[in-house]
Amino acid sequence: MTSTTTTPQSATTAVALSGVTKVYGRGANAVLALDGMSLNVAPGEFVCLVGASGCGKSTLLNLVAGLDRPSGGQIGLAGGANPGLMFQEPALFPWLTVEANVEVPLKLRGLPRAERRERVAELLRTVHLGDFGRKRPHELSGGMRQRVALARTLALDTPVLLMDEPFGALDAMTRDILHDELERIWSERKLSVLFVTHNVREAARLADRIILLSSRPGRIIYSAEVDIPRPRRIDSPEVAAIAAEVTERLRTEVGRHGQ
Amino acid sequence: MASDILTSSARTDAQISGLDALEIAGRDKEVSRGARIWAATWPKLAALTIAILAWQLVVWSDWKPPYSLPGPLVVGRELVAQAQGPQLWEGLLTTLRRAAVGYVFSVTVGLLLGLAVARSTALRAAIGSMITALQTMPSIAWFPLAILLFELSEKAIFFVVVLGAAPSIANGVISGVDYVPPLLLRAGRNLGARGLDLYRYVIAPAALPAIVAGLKQGWAFSWRSLMAGELIVVGISQTSLGAQLTYSRELSDSPWLLSTMIVILVLGLVVDAAFGAADTAIRCRWGVLDQAGQ
Repeated sequence: MTSTTTTPQSATTAVALSGVTKVYGRGANAVLALDGMSLNVAPGEFVCLVGASGCGKSTLLNLVAGLDRPSGGQIGLAGGANPGLMFQEPALFPWLTVEANVEVPLKLRGLPRAERRERVAELLRTVHLGDFGRKRPHELSGGMRQRVALARTLALDTPVLLMDEPFGALDAMTRDILHDELERIWSERKLSVLFVTHNVREAARLADRIILLSSRPGRIIYSAEVDIPRPRRIDSPEVAAIAAEVTERLRTEVGRHGQ
Repeated sequence: MASDILTSSARTDAQISGLDALEIAGRDKEVSRGARIWAATWPKLAALTIAILAWQLVVWSDWKPPYSLPGPLVVGRELVAQAQGPQLWEGLLTTLRRAAVGYVFSVTVGLLLGLAVARSTALRAAIGSMITALQTMPSIAWFPLAILLFELSEKAIFFVVVLGAAPSIANGVISGVDYVPPLLLRAGRNLGARGLDLYRYVIAPAALPAIVAGLKQGWAFSWRSLMAGELIVVGISQTSLGAQLTYSRELSDSPWLLSTMIVILVLGLVVDAAFGAADTAIRCRWGVLDQAGQ
């Protein structure tokens, strides 16, 4: 863990960011990607980060995942957990079968073979891919690959899931199903999710709380609780109403850059 | 609410399996093994027949006297005769032993050098371009120096073989490591692979196709260097394929010369086919051959 990572004081926080700043480059070419971002994710909370291009969404997830160091501020994870990270592409290892992909984090943690096999089978059943363990990633569809990636991330046994537009490249039907799947897994496993998307409806469908980020530099400009009862449907009027409101604010923010 | 989630998940299950079945339907295509082997073999056989025919035609045209260009039949008989005597096999064994020792050593040097250069920016700045420069140097140009250093000996051949092959292998490793998709590196690190584990689980397998390409090119260079070396560095007590080429030329024994050439050609083809098979296996696993191969 980085020196700026601490355990949050309060047990009611899964991820705690305070005043996180990220600057890329130096001197005159320096770009401020994130400007003093403070944000707490409660245990079991589903938070969606919404913003236009250049709002530093991906930067933020990289920082929380420990793949990059913040230029300033503090990032805290409950129990020093190593959060799981999912990308828009499944990022599966093409030289391994589906099973072996899911097994990688278990191997890296040094679990014995019998236990690994059991866990892999259980995880693949969780994402409804129990029969596809012997396939290779290229033999599966995009949605199936993304589910393998989800199973592989869940194999980390982490309470915190970071998702970087994970369904952005999928068709609407597949995305709809994966929303249901993610919601079920999230509630079964009591995960804390930080989910980045530019799709406002997707945010309204999934989130307990939507956070809107400004662009260049990324700052929190709006935050709203979504208290529509679950399970939700992406085409329900309640979801549409929340989405419309967030879209309006997003438009204002984007328009600010056109002036 | 609980029953709601239950019904919704039953609906989802059916939808998921339906969608999965639609998505991967018709992706499996089976062709029988025999048909595949035949499809790969007949063009080669046809080409071989045409080549032998053309050779025979040239011989028939009396372009050159038969003692300098014998026909395929004469050479074939010579090849059979050679295969029954010890000389060919002794030469073959010597050549193969030299090739194996030289290549294994080149692979070791190439892999270590490539890995070192790929890892260290300072080393890359220092010798990265030198490795490419070495690769462009025709290996035969090293022989005068090698002979001055090691005289007419096995060592001189070994020196040139390694200088010919190692840079190609090192370059394969370097480009393989350089082109590991950053996304896979990020995924690997997030899954807990750091340091050596990252090499073992992500970088090495991701770089494997480029490394195999480097190994293949390295083999081609080492084989050529070896043949050149054996032609030049004759007079060592042991016979070798290259030495037999030189002797047969000096004796104007053209059937022997041509039959030795055929042995060299076939050896090269066999090794090349082995590398080709490895390459295809990797691309199959990676799914690169998936649709394009049909």
